[in-house]
Amino acid sequence: MMDADTKKVVFDPLVDNNPITLQILGICSALAVTTTLAASLLMAVALTTVVACSNASISLIRNHVPSSIRIIVQMTIIASLVIVVDQLLKAFAYDVAKSLSVFVGLIITNCIVLGRAEAFAMKNPPMISMLDGLGNGLGYSLVLIVVGTVRELFGSGTLLGYTILPSVNDGGWYYTNGMMLLPPSAFFIIGLMIWGIRSWKTAQIEKAEFRISDAHSSEVL
Amino acid sequence: MEALLSLFVKSIFIENLALSFFLGMCTFLAVSKNIGTAMGLGTAVIFVQAITVPANNLLYQFMLSDGALAWMGLPDVDLSFLGLICYIGVIAALVQILEMLLDKYFPALYNALGVFLPLITVNCAILGGSLFMVERDYGFSESVVYGVGSGAGWALAITALAGIREKLKYSDVPAGLQGLGITFITAGLMSLGFMAFSGIQL
Repeated sequence: MMDADTKKVVFDPLVDNNPITLQILGICSALAVTTTLAASLLMAVALTTVVACSNASISLIRNHVPSSIRIIVQMTIIASLVIVVDQLLKAFAYDVAKSLSVFVGLIITNCIVLGRAEAFAMKNPPMISMLDGLGNGLGYSLVLIVVGTVRELFGSGTLLGYTILPSVNDGGWYYTNGMMLLPPSAFFIIGLMIWGIRSWKTAQIEKAEFRISDAHSSEVL
Repeated sequence: MEALLSLFVKSIFIENLALSFFLGMCTFLAVSKNIGTAMGLGTAVIFVQAITVPANNLLYQFMLSDGALAWMGLPDVDLSFLGLICYIGVIAALVQILEMLLDKYFPALYNALGVFLPLITVNCAILGGSLFMVERDYGFSESVVYGVGSGAGWALAITALAGIREKLKYSDVPAGLQGLGITFITAGLMSLGFMAFSGIQL
């Protein structure tokens, strides 16, 4: 079905080269929209669509764009795609789109889209570029879904609006953790996720800039 | 006047773009390794934000919003769906112009800002500022204040984070958290600190 290269392009960004936890791309929306799982899912779908389409279309015209104006051309293509997505969301999922507020528009400046266009689509043929976009979109979606699940489940005891842990306010036993609904919790969850992934894939660990010398630490012990 | 002042304070502390809306996070985490560059980038953001938000406000009021083209004799036209592409165009163009002006008239400042100026085009804090301005229906004077205030808030946040990271370098962080991981946790704690402002009623 798929040869090794294609597989690598699609599945590498899921864990080994995840856009959020390793490439530091597209963090803004990952933090902001994840209070509920529904919003995270919608955002994930929107971004994956945009990045796959933009990679494909940018790759189609890559040989005709002079490099001095390429950023503007890329921006225009991405902005047009985002407008289409934005209008579609407003037409078919108005409530959730409203709760995403400005973050659908901010897909334009989401670094994943521009980053992948620059790094991959400008150098590769359309089909594989689209798959790369899809892979990176899925990597982003994975993080969003995990963070969204944790925040909604522990923050309000529900998932996609269905009650999982009946909260005290509704006569259940679960004391909701209001902290999970506040912005800072997203930082902690992603930080811990990075820790988890890096303990598993030790190749991703960053070198320390400054090492406490062993002699010194043994002295303390 | 009082309303504008409270908007200013609100946009710096209570609705800090970086720490309560997570805008401009990529640069926030990537370019905060030392205080000097962080301040340079912060200044550039204040500058660009102070110009682009009012410019986009004018564009929205007189070209894009529903019925705004009445002065051209087209009262039924609603171009607001073109907003996104226009704002990003304005931002890209203004950053480019600003870069040329600074290069010609203020070479010292231009050299200090260096590579950060063009990078600002893709900083979500800038586009986010313009989109919030539209969403909240700010008038022209409000948009000037909001532009300066939100830029200043972002600059404050990145400088503070850079200060913490400079000290953090010498602490013994677990291997897996090294670098990006601990920066996330630090930013989370800072954001928690800024939550304290949210109780303030203005």
